[in-house]
Amino acid sequence: MSAIPLDYETLRLIWWLLLGVLLIGFAIMGGRDLGVGALLPFAARTDEERRVLLNVVGPTWEGNQVWLVLGGGAIFAAFPPLYAVSFSGFYLAMIVILLALILRPVGFKFRGKISDPRWRQVWDWALFVGGAVPALIFGVAVGNVLLGAPFHFDGSMRAFYTGNFFQLLMPFALLCGLVSLGMIVTQGAAVIVGRTSGLLAERARTHGTLAGLLTVVLFALGGFWVAFGLNGYVITSAVDPSAPINPLNKTVELVRGGWLANFGAHPLMIVAPLLGFAGVIIAVLALQARWRLVPLLAASAGIFGIISTAGLSLFPFLLPSSTMPNAGLTLWDASSSHLTLFIMLLVTVVFLPIVLLYTGYVFRVMRGPVSAASLTKNPNAY
Amino acid sequence: MLASRASSSCEANPAMIDMTVVELSRWQFAATAMYHFIFVPLTLGLSFLMAIMESVYVMTGREVWRKATLFWGTLFGVNFAMGVATGIVMEFQFGMNWSYYSHYVGDVFGAPLAIEGLMAFFLEATFVGLFLFGWDRMSKVGHLVVTWLVALGTNLSALWILIANGWMQNPVGAKFNPDTMRMEVTDFVAVLFNSVAQAKFVHTVSAGYVCGAVFIFAISAFYLARGKHVEIAKRSMVVAASFGLAGALSVVVLGDESGYVATEQQKMKIAALEASYHTEEAPAPWTLFALPEPDGGAPSFAIQIPWVGGLITTRSLDEELLGIDELVAHAETRIRSGMIAYDALQKIRADGTDQAARATFDEHWADLGYGLLLKKYRDDVGNATDAEIALAAKDTVPDVWSLFWSFRVMMGLGFFFIAFFAFWFWKASRGTLESDKNLLWLSFFLLPTPWIAIEAGWFIAEYGRQPWVVEGVLPTFYAASGLNFWDLVISLGFFTTLYTVLFVIMIMLMVRIVKAGPKDHHFAETGDEDDFVVAALPVTPQTKELGA
Repeated sequence: MSAIPLDYETLRLIWWLLLGVLLIGFAIMGGRDLGVGALLPFAARTDEERRVLLNVVGPTWEGNQVWLVLGGGAIFAAFPPLYAVSFSGFYLAMIVILLALILRPVGFKFRGKISDPRWRQVWDWALFVGGAVPALIFGVAVGNVLLGAPFHFDGSMRAFYTGNFFQLLMPFALLCGLVSLGMIVTQGAAVIVGRTSGLLAERARTHGTLAGLLTVVLFALGGFWVAFGLNGYVITSAVDPSAPINPLNKTVELVRGGWLANFGAHPLMIVAPLLGFAGVIIAVLALQARWRLVPLLAASAGIFGIISTAGLSLFPFLLPSSTMPNAGLTLWDASSSHLTLFIMLLVTVVFLPIVLLYTGYVFRVMRGPVSAASLTKNPNAY
Repeated sequence: MLASRASSSCEANPAMIDMTVVELSRWQFAATAMYHFIFVPLTLGLSFLMAIMESVYVMTGREVWRKATLFWGTLFGVNFAMGVATGIVMEFQFGMNWSYYSHYVGDVFGAPLAIEGLMAFFLEATFVGLFLFGWDRMSKVGHLVVTWLVALGTNLSALWILIANGWMQNPVGAKFNPDTMRMEVTDFVAVLFNSVAQAKFVHTVSAGYVCGAVFIFAISAFYLARGKHVEIAKRSMVVAASFGLAGALSVVVLGDESGYVATEQQKMKIAALEASYHTEEAPAPWTLFALPEPDGGAPSFAIQIPWVGGLITTRSLDEELLGIDELVAHAETRIRSGMIAYDALQKIRADGTDQAARATFDEHWADLGYGLLLKKYRDDVGNATDAEIALAAKDTVPDVWSLFWSFRVMMGLGFFFIAFFAFWFWKASRGTLESDKNLLWLSFFLLPTPWIAIEAGWFIAEYGRQPWVVEGVLPTFYAASGLNFWDLVISLGFFTTLYTVLFVIMIMLMVRIVKAGPKDHHFAETGDEDDFVVAALPVTPQTKELGA
């Protein structure tokens, strides 16, 4: 163990940051495709328009979804107790997400193979569900993390979750779900505006503007709720950030507005919510100004800001417990071992830049506008 | 089975594990994994075969090879979509249904899974889009590189998944940490170069190559039998026969079971596969056929071939093959040692400074998993009776006869594939591929056979490891989440329904694609828009089929 050149505390912090990078990476990259899916039946009315949309994201969506796969894998590898508690606790919500996600690859692939309009309509709605439902539920999940989840451990670290599916649908959690859906639809609209023209782009502009405004309003509302209507979790005992994991080895209290404590202690953190607001507002303005590239960049920055805000508010919590607050999971007491975190970091440092490089290359090759005419040129077009 | 519906009992009494939920969770994992594993081997095989065909195209410049690559690529795309759709379920299910497993071994098992995403699946999924959509946007060589990267990604993906799975079969390079209540990595290199994982990797990807080769060969045989698409069919058959022959030889010679001798439980798996209840002296015979006894003991009727058993299972003539009865006796010893480990662990959990307990635990920790087998019978493992210990020891025996016959089906098919491809390789080298229509039709109807062998292989590997989820470390029943009966009914119901519907649709679409056959697509080499002539792709929604 002594041979590991980075100390345990630093590695835990790095992995908390990397987890954020991966989840934000998915929201930005996968959000493109989820957003386009959510807009598919509305922004595109004719079959030809819908094919254009599908081919805007078709060549790159599979790679984008790997951000989610990797995010799941990183939670498993770096914070196993978080993976164990959250995935089993939110079981039926996860099932809904999975069923929706299953519809996406087959929707893309199956839709174009038969031209019967009823067939295509079925898959259009399947792709809508596959885009909108995960976008919504991921946000609901974050809302429930902020509320705290009803779980506890026994002496052998076996987790017991005592809530049910419908208890996940609290008003605050639904609000977070709508923020998530709003920002991802904005992202999708920005993608469409950047790659298409005509009526399609016009409709996307309208939808993106509405979604963006909704996101801003609801994000602000969420902020007030967190400040004045919600209990945050605060650790009241001393924490040894290098200790072997044991979530039960601390005391936690609920404090009204406690999730804002970090912002009070580190005022610079205000940059995150400001970026969230600014990004989405600029995206809306740029959509109205008919710029093509800026909406996507701004909406991505907005997503980055909004998710960072949630992450920074929770710090150091990953998943607080509402029924046994002391059992809440933090990055200090729910991580993998020192050695595993270090090995995983080595692999990430080598491969993540390679992934970014070839992803950039593939986007470059597949760049450019997509129109009905361009669809005829590739036999693999959706 | 429907009797126990309350999982809230779990909460009231942590020791009570709802066995109905465990059973349903096992069914769900088995169903979703076996379903996912319909598509994975075909992806492994097809990606390589397409890369070979496209290489020939780039080297010879002959259009027919590109046409072949494109055609198989269309089928590959449909299959790949199904693989992606079902793959994400696999990654999430560990946490969803096997929550205690995820905590208990996540420090070891999570890493290869995450690295798979980073190193392999990213590569595969990013370039598969370029493979399908980039034909007209890249140079010939550029696109060829992309195709090879997809093939590389799929194979790397299999490597990391099998390193993870290999660890479940042979948990090396890790130790139980009583302070964190979980297994932690001590030697990552040992996890990587786990002999079982390496054997599994070669065996599994080879099986994938055979699967892809049979798929291409069978469909090509169908074309040839009907005298359609002859040029593409014949070329595809030559490639598939040679690649398939190499794959079939490798899959049999480098069999998965070569790693089984490594540990006790793998020995148990071998003994079960052979229905060998008593230790056989080396070199052990191989049982070609045997009849189970009603009471579950050793078979009284068996046809045995001398020496072959030792060769198959130990790759040697001088290693003895331990029988089930002897292995159960070993298990009993380890359970007793595990009880000591369990008691010591309780003391450490109560008082972390208890050095005597730590010393005892260090001596016995490797048997802790065996102690946990008793959790099925009582919560206070340390006070187990002799009768309970005997029951737990018996639990280490997997279901002998289902394994015995699955193994024979898989082995038989394995040897059959060698003969099949050798025969067609010989026919191809003589230029008489199409001389006998009946043989071609027969080959077409053999299309499903690789999946029978492959699913049997999965069954042997996973069911043969029972009662363990991680061999010797964690019993399956102890690893499940505290879900309730209705959670499982809902998820199992939805998965089964959706998967069935999608499977029917996929087969229907594949049949349409095969019936339509390869088409002529004339791309320009560069991206110049005016050079395109699309001969076969219907553009308007009125046309019957889109995408060849």
